[in-house]
Amino acid sequence: MIPVLDIEGLETRFATPDGEVRAVSDINLRLGEGESLGVVGESGSGKTQLFLSVMGLLARNGRATGRIRYRGEDILNRPAGELNKIRGNKMSMVFQDPMTSLNPYLTIARQMTEVLIEHRGTGEQEARTQAISMLDRVGIPEADKRIDMYPHEFSGGMRQRAMIAMALLCGPELLISDEPTTALDVTIQAQILDLMSALRRDTGAALVIITHDLGVVAGLCDQVAVMYAGRIVESGPVRDIFYRPLHPYTEGLLRSMPRLDSAITESLASIPGQPPNLQALPPGCAFCDRCGDVTERCRVEMPALREIGANRARACHREIAA
Amino acid sequence: MHLTARQDTLAGIQEIEGRSLWQDARDRLLRNRAAVVSMIVLGIVALLALVAPWISPHPFDEIYWDRIQKPPDFANAHWFGTDGNGRDLFVRTLYGARVSLMVGVLATSVSLVIGVSWGATAGFFGGRVDNFMMRFVDIMYSLPFMFFVILLMVMFGRNIWLIFIALGAVEWLTMARIVRGQTLSVKRREFIEAAHAAGVGNFTVIFRHIVPNVLGPVIVYMTLTIPQVILTESFLSFLGLGVQEPLTSWGVLISEGTRVMETSPWMLAFPGLFLAATLFCFNFIGDGLRDALDPKDR
Repeated sequence: MIPVLDIEGLETRFATPDGEVRAVSDINLRLGEGESLGVVGESGSGKTQLFLSVMGLLARNGRATGRIRYRGEDILNRPAGELNKIRGNKMSMVFQDPMTSLNPYLTIARQMTEVLIEHRGTGEQEARTQAISMLDRVGIPEADKRIDMYPHEFSGGMRQRAMIAMALLCGPELLISDEPTTALDVTIQAQILDLMSALRRDTGAALVIITHDLGVVAGLCDQVAVMYAGRIVESGPVRDIFYRPLHPYTEGLLRSMPRLDSAITESLASIPGQPPNLQALPPGCAFCDRCGDVTERCRVEMPALREIGANRARACHREIAA
Repeated sequence: MHLTARQDTLAGIQEIEGRSLWQDARDRLLRNRAAVVSMIVLGIVALLALVAPWISPHPFDEIYWDRIQKPPDFANAHWFGTDGNGRDLFVRTLYGARVSLMVGVLATSVSLVIGVSWGATAGFFGGRVDNFMMRFVDIMYSLPFMFFVILLMVMFGRNIWLIFIALGAVEWLTMARIVRGQTLSVKRREFIEAAHAAGVGNFTVIFRHIVPNVLGPVIVYMTLTIPQVILTESFLSFLGLGVQEPLTSWGVLISEGTRVMETSPWMLAFPGLFLAATLFCFNFIGDGLRDALDPKDR
């Protein structure tokens, strides 16, 4: 079976006035049909740039090298005209902030039908009917009337629903969502997550969730990849990662999640220090300055991402405790 | 009792309807008194220009040999008097309005179409394309305008359409710069990225997603371009490069009026009044539009 998305040795660099910045390095990922992957990491860990590379949406000064295959077809650095046959059609993306991701001057109808008309050559009326039923499906009441409204007349949650509806309109095989719930308040977050897991079940689309919220991953994903300083430092099935993290960074992330059952007097745990400067990465492990178990070896030798058992990999020199 | 109230609110909800940002702007514009009055005055001037032949009994090019350069005279229906050739000034002023308004609107439209496409394309593609396109604009800017117009006149002869083209061909430069600047700021917005992610082609992104977002400043600049174009046309006509007799424009009438303003002030006053009122109106409308389209500034 050809995987939906297959990334090999991806590296994304940005040319900046202060020199080259390597935002994403040495990424290998594979996503099968209907699978769901959570990509976790803090701000600046390269998780968004990784998938912007996949979508061909890098900023002008960005260069991606390596191989990205969609259904076996290499899509990296292809001209926009060719990418446009896949983008929005077979592979779509939901952005972080629904308040700014919709064009304020166009009605929802216009923006939604555009995708169908562009990719499927659907007639205006037919596209509208499909858009209405998709809005209905993502839980927007009175979709047939609201579709003629403008984005500023929608609430944040409704806009994100509309964005998701738009992304699903062409029946994509791969849906990438970049922090789909970060800009929403907590009650709406839960609704959007429920919606996404329901849609995933119904449509069978493979799903990538980019987030820094481990709770989102726990609810939606089968697989998790933890990124730090542009690299994947640990990956595996969601249960294993949560119950038996093997990388000190993953441990730190899990510890810093607020818990309802902890004592009120306990202060929130955090990972000490700052993420490293991507322009001046240490020769060894990028996490060494913040790690509690750091050794001499960590400072000089970069740990490679190694398979450690079924479907699990990590990049750390530390002994695995039995 | 409660139920009916409930039903009323429900009925209210049933009538949800999209209100675009344009509609909001229109409402704000309609609340601006100066702008509304200006629009009414402009409308009246335009209407008068259209129906001029039916209001006045005199054709615009008929010469009355017995009534040369006469002051306003209601007995013969010369409401604005007659000019140096014995033609009715009222009709001529309104025919002048036709030419002046047409030049203003058409030349501005030409500049709008070229300027918006040029500026949006340059801003959208950026880099080398942008550099090339904007340097071309810079070169055009540095050409002396009068030289350009005189050259056109010499090559193609005096022709009213040539004035539209010449004015439009010059006015689009500033428009292109404005649109390019706006495009640069809009194209990095997330919804443009979302449109790319949805696989929308470049052409569609420019004209469907970017252009509506830069239209606010464009419209304001347009209302300021129209009076500028009318003035330039008046200036060209004043120099004798504009429209040809017996056709006339406000510029021609004013230039004739200034020559005799001591003996026959009405020949300057009426066309001058119309021109000034029109320019005032466009400026007020431009001002009102700027406030209406950008409410954050107040």
